[in-house]
Amino acid sequence: MSTMTYADRQVDVDVDGFMTDPSQWNEEVATAIATEAGITELTDRHWLVVNFMRARYLESGSAPSIRTLGKASGVPIRELYELFPKGPAKLAAKIAGIPKPRGCI
Amino acid sequence: MKRIVIIGGGTGGTLVANRLRRHTSTDELQITVVDRDDRHVYQPGLLFVPFGLERPEHIVRSRRAQLHDGIDFRLAEVDRIALDQDAVHLADDTTLDYDALVIAAGASLRYEETEGLRGPGWGESVFSFYSVEDATALRDALASFDHGRLVVNFVDLPIKCPVAPLEFCFLADWFLRERGVRERVEITLATPLDAAFTKPVAAGRLGGMLAERKIALETEFATGRVDGVGGRLVSWDEREVPFDLAVVIPPHGGPSFVGRSPGLGDELDFVDVDIHTLRSKAAPNVFAIGDAASLPTSKAGSATHFEGEALCANVERVLGGEEPEGSYDGHVNCFIESGFHKALLIDFNYEVEPLPGRYPEAHVGPLPLLRESRLNHLGKLAFQPLYWHVLLPGHEIPGVGAQMSMAGRQAPDREGGDQ
Ligand SMILES: Cc1cc2nc3c(=O)[nH]c(=O)nc-3n(C[C@H](O)[C@H](O)[C@H](O)COP(=O)(O)OP(=O)(O)OC[C@H]3O[C@@H](n4cnc5c(N)ncnc54)[C@H](O)[C@@H]3O)c2cc1C
Repeated sequence: MSTMTYADRQVDVDVDGFMTDPSQWNEEVATAIATEAGITELTDRHWLVVNFMRARYLESGSAPSIRTLGKASGVPIRELYELFPKGPAKLAAKIAGIPKPRGCI
Repeated sequence: MKRIVIIGGGTGGTLVANRLRRHTSTDELQITVVDRDDRHVYQPGLLFVPFGLERPEHIVRSRRAQLHDGIDFRLAEVDRIALDQDAVHLADDTTLDYDALVIAAGASLRYEETEGLRGPGWGESVFSFYSVEDATALRDALASFDHGRLVVNFVDLPIKCPVAPLEFCFLADWFLRERGVRERVEITLATPLDAAFTKPVAAGRLGGMLAERKIALETEFATGRVDGVGGRLVSWDEREVPFDLAVVIPPHGGPSFVGRSPGLGDELDFVDVDIHTLRSKAAPNVFAIGDAASLPTSKAGSATHFEGEALCANVERVLGGEEPEGSYDGHVNCFIESGFHKALLIDFNYEVEPLPGRYPEAHVGPLPLLRESRLNHLGKLAFQPLYWHVLLPGHEIPGVGAQMSMAGRQAPDREGGDQ
């Protein structure tokens, strides 16, 4: 466990850079994490996914998978990959300030 | 007299019905089990069918015959549940009223969610093994497969028995070696996970076993489509894994009637339940057990069996006007067949990942955890008669408790990785 500074705010992160305390998150932090990951602008479509991800985590204690995102976030899987290249579930979780998705067993 | 309806006459439905029947008299409680067919498949046996190690007809029995006297068996397809009317609507337009409902309808295989999976090439170069028909077709294809690229893939979790794709790889390696053609076949496991398994200590050990057997591991592969004619799996991020023979486990969902019953399930149609009491969050007299429930543990017969104890206690309490209290801890154990007459055993719950140690008695065993042994393989074989004669009748397996025990477990050395 270590800390990172995003938008002048210190946050706790795990070895892969996922925030471990979602309460330390705010929208500026999200934007800074996105910039670091190479996403220059968070559009409304990005926010739709990020907010869905966060709400779902806070409600259920686990992050939704890509398949669930595709079915329930309002953004189809193909577009998720355009918005969050490589791994949408992980990248969106990182930006949403929630712990690394564990891949439900 | 109270009425209980149980949807599904598979592992969970059968063991719950039998257990409840033993506990209550026929004038107190009427028990009805609904299923759409009368073929109870011993699903762990499906893993062995493709390699000719098990015959399809040996793993199927009558569902009705597994139910004790005094249980009604109704052959019908469930269409939806009206939670506000305490009624199950059947596809033949009749309804069954209940005082308590247990959903034990398992998981459904959603081939159609993966583009091309059952398209051109299905049954020629693209196969699966999660049903008797699929496993039998794959057996016929493997019998003449002697060179090329064999790719094993599961599209998404959850799947039933999440270690089955690994076991399939280990058994394929053994099968091809026995036939003297292993050098001519490349085996690849393409997984959506970032390692061989979800839990770190077991992932390290299992990843090592793949490497020893020269089975390639393609990680974080989210299958977008199957191109049976071109012989390639294509991921959503446009990576490709070429194959001559692909074994693809389709994404799973809950029973489709859950989706037609508002409020009952999640996006994937698994029934939303409290993970400890197994009671539905949508209705106080509805419960779910086994693969149909949205529990953060493995979808396995052993989990279903351990859930049975808590579930039956809670159903009886609710029927008696009390609040549920029986508590399931996520306990599951799985034998992982590794070929050459050996297997590993893992044992874990919601809180604790699979660790080395011994089972069921700490230090004594006799079964070693997370280590290959001949005894574990015999354990896996012994599970079949236990399934029909102990598990389904709703008895405890002697010495095997529903709650997991931490005694004698070797805590992980995180920095050391595999141990
Ligand atoms: C290849 C493979 C290997 C496995 N290996 C192992 C193993 O080694 N160890 C282990 O513990 N577990 C293993 N499992 C998992 C195990 O078989 C399941 O977890 C277990 O059978 C789940 O029981 P269940 O009662 O939830 O569902 P099931 O036993 O699948 O029963 C569900 C029932 O519901 C019925 N149903 C569904 N929808 C309807 C409807 N609309 N109307 C009427 N009836 C309906 C179905 O016909 C079925 O009979 C394996 C599974 C597979 C596929």
